[in-house]
Amino acid sequence: MATVQTLDTSKVLELAQPLPLDGGQSLEGVHIAYETHGTLNAAKDNAVFVAHALTGDHHLATPHPITGKPGWWLRMVGPGKPIDTDKFFVICANVIGSCMGSTGPASLAPDGKPWGMRFPVLTIRDMVRGHIALLDTLGIECLHAVVGGSMGGMQAVSLAANFPDRTRAALILASTARHSAQNIAFHEVGRQAIMADPEWRDGDYYSHGKGPEKGLSVARMAAHITYLSEAGLTEKFGRRLQDRAEKTFGFDADFQIESYLRYQGLSFVDRFDANSYLYITRAMDYFDLAEEHGGLLANAFAGSKARFCLVSFDTDWLYPTAESRSIVHALNAVGLPVSFVELSAPFGHDSFLLDVPALDRVVEGFLGQ
Amino acid sequence: MKSLRPDLAVIAANVAPQAAVLDVGCGDGTLMAALRDEKRCATRGMELDSANVGECVGKGLSVIQGDADSDLAFYPDQSVDYAILSQTLQTTRRPDVVLEELLRIGRKAFVSFPNFAHWRVRLSLLWNGRMPVTRLLPVAWYETPNIHHLTIDDFRALVKERGITVEGAWFLSGDTRCSDAAANFRAEHAVFLLSR
Repeated sequence: MATVQTLDTSKVLELAQPLPLDGGQSLEGVHIAYETHGTLNAAKDNAVFVAHALTGDHHLATPHPITGKPGWWLRMVGPGKPIDTDKFFVICANVIGSCMGSTGPASLAPDGKPWGMRFPVLTIRDMVRGHIALLDTLGIECLHAVVGGSMGGMQAVSLAANFPDRTRAALILASTARHSAQNIAFHEVGRQAIMADPEWRDGDYYSHGKGPEKGLSVARMAAHITYLSEAGLTEKFGRRLQDRAEKTFGFDADFQIESYLRYQGLSFVDRFDANSYLYITRAMDYFDLAEEHGGLLANAFAGSKARFCLVSFDTDWLYPTAESRSIVHALNAVGLPVSFVELSAPFGHDSFLLDVPALDRVVEGFLGQ
Repeated sequence: MKSLRPDLAVIAANVAPQAAVLDVGCGDGTLMAALRDEKRCATRGMELDSANVGECVGKGLSVIQGDADSDLAFYPDQSVDYAILSQTLQTTRRPDVVLEELLRIGRKAFVSFPNFAHWRVRLSLLWNGRMPVTRLLPVAWYETPNIHHLTIDDFRALVKERGITVEGAWFLSGDTRCSDAAANFRAEHAVFLLSR
């Protein structure tokens, strides 16, 4: 679980310089795993950076090395697709703090042992600093666009605000400029589930062959509910029973929704490190772009000249439309070109990953300029 | 300015080149695209319908899904040269507030609307005793988006009462211009250019 090998389709960059962090520390010898699609043109101005979500990784359009599932945004990225790899050089990098090849709590510290909870607490902006270091290495001064959904959207808006000369456009899907109390609350449930598992061992579980699988599984189950809509759950599962005619009057997974969530939890522990889950959820909870800029969100964009596009989904109650609107209002206040649309889709927060043709048109139209 | 709706053609013809423009209720972005392509204007738009917004973004336009009644408040004072409201005033909950907002955001404002005092509308109401359904007002009373019908004289009175200056006025009957004389009777459609 903790020592995942990256496939050869990924590349791994080792940063020559230490990476300074918002927490005051800096990380030496940072690894950043990434994959690219398409070709960088001679002017190096056709690069699109795609930022992934909490439990995502850089396997954007190639099969996942552990699950074997297709790339997580294969429906959006490829030749002739909305993020067209015939036109754009598309980059996706595993965020620092994660566990799919970039440096995180499961990586080895300078003393040769896994970092565990000794790993510094990160922020979204720290993740973006890692991406910027990658762009520096690739010789890309300014992106055509940065694109991301959910936590990827937080990185996209952070990059556009904090590194305004590094992108000409930002496309932010189903995201927010700050984590709400409700967002933090759900994450805390997940973290406490992990930490309550005796196998967590204060984060020092790597040498025991087994991590807090039960805790991580419960964390994933709770989080997964927040990614779906009530209507979507009702339509997909309703109160239907799982492979049985009647309720058992016991605590097996009688209902299909229980069985589904248990499966989601169990399969998650095969591909994700529990400590990474703690660190990345913390980074999201700490995210408040306005706070980074004197408390006024509009100030965050004072130096930007980029075009922005924000998309929310009507069934997303994790990052509801109001969160996107607050970013739109801030961008309007400083006179930046911004588009915004709330799309109708039944899939809740996960809509940005799923089949929503209206989203494809917006992505293609916005990037095509 | 070929293929633009007549009121939009009037607006497009009278916007200064390279102006900054906010089109409130921009629909599928036809006017914005014309102003961008033919007058090199810096355009932005607001539109209620998400399918229209998607179409605008696909045309490379910057458009926000929003409601003239509630979302104009977030635009800074005097931030564009022209705020445009075409065929939308009569659909707002508070036309007077929207009008004030247009002139807060824009140094000037274009407003176009169907004239409810056009002779056809008058005759229809007089003879039939029913809410008129005409070419410009094609929808029955119970499903029309037009919740605040107005006439050219109503608009002039409101503008005067609020101390707003009329810089220009254009009146249309079908696709052709008609004179100012008896416009309240003869024009199906009016376009006003306003300032403070």
